Amino acid sequence: MSALTLQNLNLTVDDEIWLDDISLHLEPGGLYTLLGRTGAGKTSLIRAIAGLEDLNGGRIWHGDTCWNGLAPWRRPVAMVYQQFINYPHLSVLDNVAFPLRRAGVGAEEARERARGMIDKVGLSPMAGRRPGELSGGQQQRVAIARALTKDAPVLLLDEPLVNLDYKLREQLREDLVELLAGRRSTIVIYASTEPSEALQMSSRLLLMEEGRVVQEGLPRAVFDAPASIGAARIVNDPPINILSMTLDSDAAEVESLGYFPLDALFGRERLADIGEAGLAPGQYYIGLRASDLQLAPEGRPAEVTLTEVSGSETITHLDMAGCHLVLHERAVVNHRVGSQIHVRPRLSTVFIFDRNGALAHVAHPARGMD
Amino acid sequence: MKTLYLAIKYLAILVWSCFVVFPFLWALTTSFKTANGVTGGATWIPWLQYEPSMHGWKTLFGGAGGTDITGPYLNSIIVTGSASLISIVLGTLAAYGLSRFTFKAGFVRNGDITFFFISQRIMPPIVLAIPFFLLLRQLGLLDTLAGLVLVYIALLLPIAVWVMVDFFNNVPRQLDEMAWLDGCTPMTTFYRVILPNSVPGLIVAGMFCLIFGWNDFFFAFTLTFTNTQLLPVAIVALNSSVTPWWSLSASALISVAPLILLAFVVERFLSRGGLAGAVR
Repeated sequence: MSALTLQNLNLTVDDEIWLDDISLHLEPGGLYTLLGRTGAGKTSLIRAIAGLEDLNGGRIWHGDTCWNGLAPWRRPVAMVYQQFINYPHLSVLDNVAFPLRRAGVGAEEARERARGMIDKVGLSPMAGRRPGELSGGQQQRVAIARALTKDAPVLLLDEPLVNLDYKLREQLREDLVELLAGRRSTIVIYASTEPSEALQMSSRLLLMEEGRVVQEGLPRAVFDAPASIGAARIVNDPPINILSMTLDSDAAEVESLGYFPLDALFGRERLADIGEAGLAPGQYYIGLRASDLQLAPEGRPAEVTLTEVSGSETITHLDMAGCHLVLHERAVVNHRVGSQIHVRPRLSTVFIFDRNGALAHVAHPARGMD
Repeated sequence: MKTLYLAIKYLAILVWSCFVVFPFLWALTTSFKTANGVTGGATWIPWLQYEPSMHGWKTLFGGAGGTDITGPYLNSIIVTGSASLISIVLGTLAAYGLSRFTFKAGFVRNGDITFFFISQRIMPPIVLAIPFFLLLRQLGLLDTLAGLVLVYIALLLPIAVWVMVDFFNNVPRQLDEMAWLDGCTPMTTFYRVILPNSVPGLIVAGMFCLIFGWNDFFFAFTLTFTNTQLLPVAIVALNSSVTPWWSLSASALISVAPLILLAFVVERFLSRGGLAGAVR
């Protein structure tokens, strides 16, 4: 039951910074999600913990043991790759038993334990087959079973679901949550690009951007108050709208969206808060979630540049006087590309960032008006 | 349409097969002919067109005043077999190292070392003949099986390294890393995970080694005198003032026999598609 402590990890490859001074403390029983875009350093961090990358600086401690200089095969970690990797020459059963056998468990016991794990991931009928004969989802189940079977104290999952189709991903995610539940002694580190996945699964959320951890906290807290414009962009999918805003003493002019009296923007009861938050008149950025824009005849006109309809929702990209906006509707709507629609902000949650992009205030005008 | 396509396909294969099989047919009939039968024109059907005789085959194995070819045949098997085996073992280990680990020695890098191996095959063999001769004389290994095995290893190792480096470069590295994280050291990774998945590469490398080794005449000729004779040299030695077409044909047939056999055995392994399913 040792915690994993990362101290000032740095990794530079060919003059490119992959990990930039990362310090973290990870407790057993926690499911830590590394959320960030492709290239944010999630995979590098996971590989560094596994010992597959040579760090340029920093230390990794597991309890009292320093992992620096410890070969990957001596570290008590298990890992699932984004690609579906299994041993092609072994049957599913022997694949799952492999790490146990290497750890010195006897053949019979290893097979018995492997059988139990294969049963848990729902692959019992396939135990005798080779991985090459299975579908993608089944192959990843084998890889997950193999990683779980040896009960390593540190479990690294590098976007394990990203190469699966939508339906399979949903299902395997649910199964994964079930498999990981109740592992009080395991530190699970899960890399993901999907905010919804992170919100659903993790106990702690770590936002990564350009090799740094930019925010850490409870998933809901991070989602409700992203520390910066970058963080807000990472946790919002579809993308959040970031617009510049000029605030003066009694009103605000939001780029393209127009002129709002302060009480409309912040809510009457919240106006007092603004002074406390230190919002002096000046230049700001506001963040409006795509779902916080709505169609309204009295709104501002915008031209539709792209629509994506998926299942039961519609994401529409708009051009409003040169300003790019994204509208998220929980219905299937057919906006013709090139046509004009009118939108206005719902003003339920408004993130206000200062000129450096740091969060200055979160306004909930609608709540104040109720 | 489909039947027509199939018909054309099989016709083409048939024509090509005839073309390829013809020399063997020629050698087969000639090996059962006597001098009269050979000079009597192109005849194919025994008893009807020519009188079959075992003379050629008998002389090949020491009968009827010929020299026995069994000794050189066994020599060739020993030299080619052991040189190929050693080359494959050493070459596979070297190739795995070159493919997976980074070497630095001054300005020399992995690619340079790989090229060094392959460059051994760029030189025409004749350049190596005199150095090899002097070297073997120094070691007292001229005209011995051991000396030939050493020279053949030098000849075959580059092929094994070349084929296997290429093969290992196409084996996903994640497979190695996965094995490490499952508790394998680099050595156990190699023989528990990589080697079992390298059968197709090993077969290709082995085939190349066996064919090159078996067919080599030049070194077998220059580095031996009378004690140690290999098959290609023994076959050429059959020639005298009168060309013995019958025994030459018979020897040609038995010299290609092992390779034909090998091709049949190996074919089913190659078509199995080794690494399917390692990484998707």
